[in-house]
Amino acid sequence: MDYFLTEQQTLIKGLARRIAEERILPVRAELDEKEEFPWAIVKDMADSDLFRIFIPEQYEGLGEGLFALCIATEELSRACCGVALTYATDALGTIPLLLYGTDEQKQKYLPIIASGTKLTAFGLTESGAGSDASAMKTTATLDGDDYILNGSKQFITNGGEAELYTIIAITDPSRGTRGASAFLVEKGMPGFTFGKKEQKMGIRASATSELVFHNCRVPRDNLVGREGLGFIVTMKTLDVSRSAVGALAVGLAQGALEAAVAYARERKQFGHPISSLQAIQHMLANMAMELEAARALVYAAARTFDSGAKDFTEEGAMAKVFATDMAMKVTTDAVQVFGGVGYMRDYPVEKMMRDAKINQIYEGTNQVLRNVIALELLKRKALRE
Amino acid sequence: MNIVVCIKQVPGTTEIKIDPDTNTLVREGIPGIINPFDCYALEEAVRLRERCGGKVTVISMGPPQAEEALREAISLGADEAILISDRAFAGSDTWATSYVLSRAIAKIANYDVIICGRQTLDGDTGQVGPELSEMLRVPFVAYVSEVEEIKDDYMRVQRMVEEGYETIEMSLPAVITVVKEINIPRLPSLRGSMKSKTANIPVWSAEDIGAEANKAGISGSPTRVVKIFFPRREHKSEIMQGNLEEQIDQLMKKLEEIV
Repeated sequence: MDYFLTEQQTLIKGLARRIAEERILPVRAELDEKEEFPWAIVKDMADSDLFRIFIPEQYEGLGEGLFALCIATEELSRACCGVALTYATDALGTIPLLLYGTDEQKQKYLPIIASGTKLTAFGLTESGAGSDASAMKTTATLDGDDYILNGSKQFITNGGEAELYTIIAITDPSRGTRGASAFLVEKGMPGFTFGKKEQKMGIRASATSELVFHNCRVPRDNLVGREGLGFIVTMKTLDVSRSAVGALAVGLAQGALEAAVAYARERKQFGHPISSLQAIQHMLANMAMELEAARALVYAAARTFDSGAKDFTEEGAMAKVFATDMAMKVTTDAVQVFGGVGYMRDYPVEKMMRDAKINQIYEGTNQVLRNVIALELLKRKALRE
Repeated sequence: MNIVVCIKQVPGTTEIKIDPDTNTLVREGIPGIINPFDCYALEEAVRLRERCGGKVTVISMGPPQAEEALREAISLGADEAILISDRAFAGSDTWATSYVLSRAIAKIANYDVIICGRQTLDGDTGQVGPELSEMLRVPFVAYVSEVEEIKDDYMRVQRMVEEGYETIEMSLPAVITVVKEINIPRLPSLRGSMKSKTANIPVWSAEDIGAEANKAGISGSPTRVVKIFFPRREHKSEIMQGNLEEQIDQLMKKLEEIV
């Protein structure tokens, strides 16, 4: 399928693929086995300017937008979803600053983020506040020129490894979801520590940690947007980042499909390669069709955002849900095509299947996002009546 | 720190084919790449610039299409590139090549370190680095595996030898050739790739660098490639007869004949 990439986008795709094949592929099994954070690969990505793609040119980025970010994410995820997640999460942690930061905040942080020398993360989820983010308990109280943060955040991707965190905390408990605010918190600010690093089913090369705030003083200048804007910042941020999750899923599924096709041609049963069996052929055909449909949807969503669309909720949610459900199915079928060896650690598809699952859960579960999509549909219908 | 890196475009294949009629390498249809050893030289130059500032200039003597290799060098971090190209350079052996490169480097004038790969993939001689230093009358160390220290007009390097490493101090400017153990070359950067597309790459002719006609090209090359051929493989076997001592005597005689 030809998606009519520009010269620049073709360059980005080619370079991300080289990093994936030359730097990620040889170590992905080891990173998965040892749950090791891929700092060496992050350095390669930084040296190659991958962290600049999504940052505007005036802040030392390339200003290439969300679509180009998705292309790079997809190519990295084709080799390893865990490593690619580290990259995509850096974008997630940067989006609040891009959308709502002041010029001063952007001048201070974006050039460093663009250089890739420091990673970012986004802290929303708490043990009691998952899909129901309004139940969060972390507070931020103004004291002189600082806010004082107290509470903890759970399951934070890039937690412990990132240097800059966008943290959502309650500044006015009486105002419900209008009482939350977003803050830029730097690693090393007194009172900010890390809890345990989670042991996960998949995406094991990525780091997932608890963030703990105990009387952590954050300068007032680090408030993102206005006080009370925290939930808006969150929702708008996730609207954008969900296309990148879709890209993670598309890349992951692409890797699984390629592995399945190669193995089907190689594996002989009943005297022939199993690729000659129609049962296998139809599985591969379905995998390919669903994958391409998801890719087209993710690309279209990302391009819609890049075109300057104001309301982007439905597109982002659709891209994320459709692509991640597809990736779960395609990776599961890839294991099925491999048969017994597919279940074994010596072959790559069991990891892909483990990596796929989380994509249906994080950044809005696919159930909650179906609610979001339905709500948008119903709202539009109601508005017309 | 101004660093000059000498690179060569070589056929990008491990299966070298030789035209049996002309006894030369078949280059048609084979994409050119930067000689792999030169990639380590370029990477080291970029790292030295990152360490102590300055400029990395890449030069290559070759036909017009060698410009591709120079553009790639820019995408890998070089600041400037110059193509040294003239019909008069055609057929240069290592001596004539070193002469041409030394003239170009003399024209650049402001240099502290010159870095080359230890040898090329196609010629495989490893002579250009040392010859270049002779012609420029500057110190030379081959097989460098680490630049330990570099400042002002002083450099300390580690050189790989058969049974270990030697540490060598030298004054600058100097020429070094590097081995692949020295670093892991980076991949191109996006900004570098974009810059490489539009970068101006000047072409210097024999006249531009003041090269004397009888010192470059075939007329300046003391060596001639008479013939390139695949060694013929011969399998001959002979089974010795008699008892063990007789067999040993026969074997000794055979060996003496050969030596």
